[in-house]
Amino acid sequence: MDLKASDRFNINSQLEHLQAKYVGTGHADLSRFEWAVNIQRDSYASYIGHYPILAYFAVAENESIGRERYNFMQKMLLPCGLPPEREED
Amino acid sequence: MDHMDAEIAKTQEERRKMEEVAMLTSVTFDADLYGGGPDRFEGYERSIPVTDEEEEADGDRRDIARRMASYTGPKSLNELPRGSEGEDDSGFKKPQRIIDREDDYRRRRLQRIISPERNDPFATGEATPDPTVRTYADVMREQALQRQKEELLKEIAKKKEEEKSKAATEPAPAAQKRRNRWDQSQEPDGGAAKKAKTSSVASDWDAPDSTPGIGRWDATPTPGRVADATPSVSRRNRWDETPTPGRLVDADATPAAGGVTPGATPAGMTWDATPKLAGLATPTPKRQRSRWDETPATMGSATPLPGAVTPAASFTPGVTPVGGVDLATPTPGAINLRGAMTPEQYNLLRWERDIEERNRPLTDEELDAMFPQEGYKILDPPASYVPIRTPARKLLATPTPLGTPLYAIPEENRGQQFDIPKEAPGGLPFMKQEDYQYFGALLNEEEEEQLSPEEQKERKIMKLLLKVKNGTPPQRKTALRQLTDKAREFGAGPLFNKILPLLMQPTLEDQERHLLVKVIDRVLYKLDELVRPFVHKILVVIEPLLIDEDYYARVEGREIISNLSKAAGLATMIAAMRPDIDNIDEYVRNTTARAFSVVASALGIPALLPFLKAVCQSKKSWQARHTGIKIVQQIAILMGCAVLPHLRSLVEIIEHGLSDENQKVRTITALSLAALAEAAAPYGIESFDSVLKPLWKGIRSHRGKVLAAFLKAIGFIIPLMDAVYASYYTKEVMIILIREFQSPDEEMKKIVLKVVKQCVSTEGVEADYIRNDILPEFFRNFWVRRMALDRRNYKQLVDTTVEIANKVGVADIVGRIVEDLKDESEPYRRMVMETIEKVVANLGASDIDARLEELLIDGILYAFQEQTSDDANVMLNGFGAVVNALGQRVKPYLPQICGTIKWRLNNKSAKVRQQAADLIARIAIVMKQCKEEQLMGHLGVVLYEYLGEEYPEVLGSILGALKAIVNVIGMTKMTPPIKDLLPRLTPILKNRHEKVQENCIDLVGRIADRGAEFVPAREWMRICFELLEMLKAHKKGIRRATVNTFGYIAKAIGPQDVLATLLNNLKVQERQNRVCTTVAIAIVAETCSPFTVLPALMNEYRVPELNVQNGVLKSLSFLFEYIGEMGKDYIYAVTPLLEDALMDRDLVHRQTAASAVKHMALGVAGLGCEDALVHLLNYVWPNIFETSPHVINAVMEAIEGMRVALGAAVILNYCLQGLFHPARKVREVYWKIYNSLYIGSQDALVAAYPTLEDETNNVYSRPELVMFI
Repeated sequence: MDLKASDRFNINSQLEHLQAKYVGTGHADLSRFEWAVNIQRDSYASYIGHYPILAYFAVAENESIGRERYNFMQKMLLPCGLPPEREED
Repeated sequence: MDHMDAEIAKTQEERRKMEEVAMLTSVTFDADLYGGGPDRFEGYERSIPVTDEEEEADGDRRDIARRMASYTGPKSLNELPRGSEGEDDSGFKKPQRIIDREDDYRRRRLQRIISPERNDPFATGEATPDPTVRTYADVMREQALQRQKEELLKEIAKKKEEEKSKAATEPAPAAQKRRNRWDQSQEPDGGAAKKAKTSSVASDWDAPDSTPGIGRWDATPTPGRVADATPSVSRRNRWDETPTPGRLVDADATPAAGGVTPGATPAGMTWDATPKLAGLATPTPKRQRSRWDETPATMGSATPLPGAVTPAASFTPGVTPVGGVDLATPTPGAINLRGAMTPEQYNLLRWERDIEERNRPLTDEELDAMFPQEGYKILDPPASYVPIRTPARKLLATPTPLGTPLYAIPEENRGQQFDIPKEAPGGLPFMKQEDYQYFGALLNEEEEEQLSPEEQKERKIMKLLLKVKNGTPPQRKTALRQLTDKAREFGAGPLFNKILPLLMQPTLEDQERHLLVKVIDRVLYKLDELVRPFVHKILVVIEPLLIDEDYYARVEGREIISNLSKAAGLATMIAAMRPDIDNIDEYVRNTTARAFSVVASALGIPALLPFLKAVCQSKKSWQARHTGIKIVQQIAILMGCAVLPHLRSLVEIIEHGLSDENQKVRTITALSLAALAEAAAPYGIESFDSVLKPLWKGIRSHRGKVLAAFLKAIGFIIPLMDAVYASYYTKEVMIILIREFQSPDEEMKKIVLKVVKQCVSTEGVEADYIRNDILPEFFRNFWVRRMALDRRNYKQLVDTTVEIANKVGVADIVGRIVEDLKDESEPYRRMVMETIEKVVANLGASDIDARLEELLIDGILYAFQEQTSDDANVMLNGFGAVVNALGQRVKPYLPQICGTIKWRLNNKSAKVRQQAADLIARIAIVMKQCKEEQLMGHLGVVLYEYLGEEYPEVLGSILGALKAIVNVIGMTKMTPPIKDLLPRLTPILKNRHEKVQENCIDLVGRIADRGAEFVPAREWMRICFELLEMLKAHKKGIRRATVNTFGYIAKAIGPQDVLATLLNNLKVQERQNRVCTTVAIAIVAETCSPFTVLPALMNEYRVPELNVQNGVLKSLSFLFEYIGEMGKDYIYAVTPLLEDALMDRDLVHRQTAASAVKHMALGVAGLGCEDALVHLLNYVWPNIFETSPHVINAVMEAIEGMRVALGAAVILNYCLQGLFHPARKVREVYWKIYNSLYIGSQDALVAAYPTLEDETNNVYSRPELVMFI
């Protein structure tokens, strides 16, 4: 009984550590919104990180590459809009 | 009056002892006290260096390691007996009592007193503290009083001394007379033997108590402190005693113990009367303590004494033990049994008492009961009968028992301890004898309800502590947790009143102390500011840990004090320790200084600086200044380079100490400067500017100890300087150093050597200067035989000489000492050899000219041949180093060297033979360089002939030598030819000795690798069978060599036969053996290409036996790991097998198959095997819900492998189905996989994330991804 509790604590603490280190990791209670936010941010980060992709988007949108990068970075702030109201349960 | 004399004499002696301790020299060791003969402290350090810290760093490491119960991993590998049979105690050491390995100085911890708690001004606030509470002022006043008293006593002692010296013309026995009246009376009529005996007995009691200064006044004596038995008790003053309810066995606490206490013994009885009889009576313990203070305290504290059979002494304070040593004439056995008693002694005593009881004269009533009423008549005693009245005779007569004269059925006393330890109630752990006085109360099976809540709490604490101390690990764990959780509920007082006395228990063992210290640590953390009143108490108990020889004890002590200071705060810490700073006892000051340094490291140096400054400038006593400066030294030692930011202030605080009026203060100041400079190296020279002048002036004006300390400081400061200054100052100091070269003082010698080393190694000092100015004197004074006898001198001298050699070159140094290789003293030769070895290894031999070379070889041969001692490594290493350094130049001498070796190989002593073989191994390469192949061949034959050697150590060395020769001359040129050599090795493979096994398998492996064709295949098969046994070896190196050898053999003779052997071996029971076999199969597959092995291996999977199937799978796993991308050709071949395994009911099948899949996937990543891998992934995936840790690990790793081979997108698609599954258990597993996927390839996932539908307010889609040009 006791052992189990400490065990669970252990795993939880590991998970916490993991999440502190890698923000994008998830857990069983992650909501659709939270996951989507992670996905969006990862995507923007990836676009910014790969210069050819950034250039491709810039051409497609007829913007400068710098503007495009700036836009993506801005979008990372609230990529999916405001979080939905938490349903009380 | 006599009594007074004795006391004074003792005080004097104590003084002198203390002075000695405080000096730089080590404490002399009282041979009487601990037996003069083969002494059990042999090889122990008898004192800890009070001043010289670095001794710890260089000298005793080895010693300490040897005598400690704990040892480090790698070392234990060398030392642990590994034999498989007959080793019943392998690895386990008997629990060791701390006191057994302590020296006198450290034992003084037992004389300290756990002072009562003090006022916590923070808690009381503005309110005036209750007069019953001890405040800081009280403590300081007591301290001052104590000092005054001490000084007064000193004065008196001095006067007495003078008188004594005046009376020196009188006959000598005066000194003894002062000791004890009894001695005197024995002298006339006692025989000489008797006298010898008494004096040896007397030493027990006359042993001067080296700490006069313990603050007995504020004593809360701890039960169980044997130290109480020392005569110094006489000085205790009971008026000052604070009676504490906690102490039960206190000396004065039971003055009312009835008429039986010795104090109340009628004077006419024994004490005064005995002398007449002294010749006949057994020597009675002589004690100087005042009779008035006499109490059974000592007995209560010792383990079961005859009188104190009731251990209840501790919880029934009123009962004075009956018939104890102090009352009746002690039975012979009882005399020396003040300390712990062995069960035999105890039984003997019990038996004796029993006999006495039976032999006592019968009383009238008894006689009436025995005889019939009629027919008997009571006669009057004859007129001539006179009953014995003389006290002397009475003493001899059977003592009348003071207890019940008749036999009576003893009252049932549940609390009584019989010789069999009572079963502890309520699942309490076993109690040791010594524990009864602390935990005895737990045995009273009184109703818990009858106790007051306070008592119940105490009981509870005791129970928990006993569990922590003696319990099984689970008991201990829960008890520790309870103590921690309830710490605040129990309260600081009750807790510490129970824990701290336990820590003062003289019979404590390392493990117990560790546990109790752990309790304190946990409790401290919980209690926080509540500990304030107990800070000093705790310090008294913990401070001794700071000077323990066990490194871990020291660390533990530091941790506790550091936590304590964080909990209690700086002010409380200072208030608690301030009185101890000028304590008269050096021990107390020493430990306090160390504790202060820990406080400084915990709370920061700046916080402590103002206090330190004040203490170091104390006008009142030199002790305070001394301790203050010592604190700085300890801070430097403890904190190392962390002192740098505060270096200047620390130096400023102590600098005036260099010109202090007291010599000890000057010494410690210099030592502290040395410590600071050492800690600051190589920075911070500017902080020392202010002390340079006094130091340089000091070395001109001082002599002896102070000079040594000053020199040491300079030695550490010079390396911090710029080259120019260093050179200048070196030349300045060198004059003094050269003068001190001749000093007979050992300490001085060591310091001078060290300083020379430091000076020489600094940049600015030039070789010519050293050569001309230092070397002649240096060699004349230090390179003498005497220096080789002391280990520390020896080491220091070698180090210094090597350092000098680094500056002046090899030729100068070696040229000077080479002749000494032929010296007649062996330790000296060894020292020379070690120096030459180090110098030559550092600098090579190119400087050595032909003449010197000749001398050198000649000397080394001589020294090598003449060695007799067991420590053979120095000579061996020296020989090896020189020969290797000279290289081809050794050629002319090789025949001579080989002659020596051959001669020694034939020696009677196994050590010599072993050494000779080792030497061959070392010089084989050089022999090759010298093109002496014929000679080597000859040696090979000689060694071959000695393969019948029966000493395994020697045999191992011989095999090692053969290996070295084979390595350098190659298989073809080897004599004896390989085909003869190998068959001779086959039986040796059976040898179970580790060294033999290792060397043999190396040699066989070498031959299999390079010269397998020289040996027929049948021989190799034979060897294969032997090798299977080797897989059982404990040492990993041996197993690895064995497995590799399988590979070589398989390569040489083809894999079929070897494989058959190995596959058969999969059926054995022993796991390690099977594992090694699977590795060997994999290696065979790797060396002979997998296609030669796989068919047979897969065929073996059909054997319906778990072990075999698992073995096959494991082989596959290793195989795919080893062959890497070669696996792409075999993946389709093994897939059906893995399919089957991954669907097997047996967990291990699936686990092993999963790890095979992992290695396979990693090996073939990017090689176009995705179809097979996806297929396998479909078999792996259902296993993700396994819970067994090994299985789930293997499965997760397989999935990771797949991620690498198939790409993250594929695995993500597998994942998506479960991330939002309604069952949490499922979600958990899937998120875990997702997380590792995410961590592994976050970027790659971006392209693969699913398209999410937008919701009312939220945008989830990623429109960028659908852009198209």
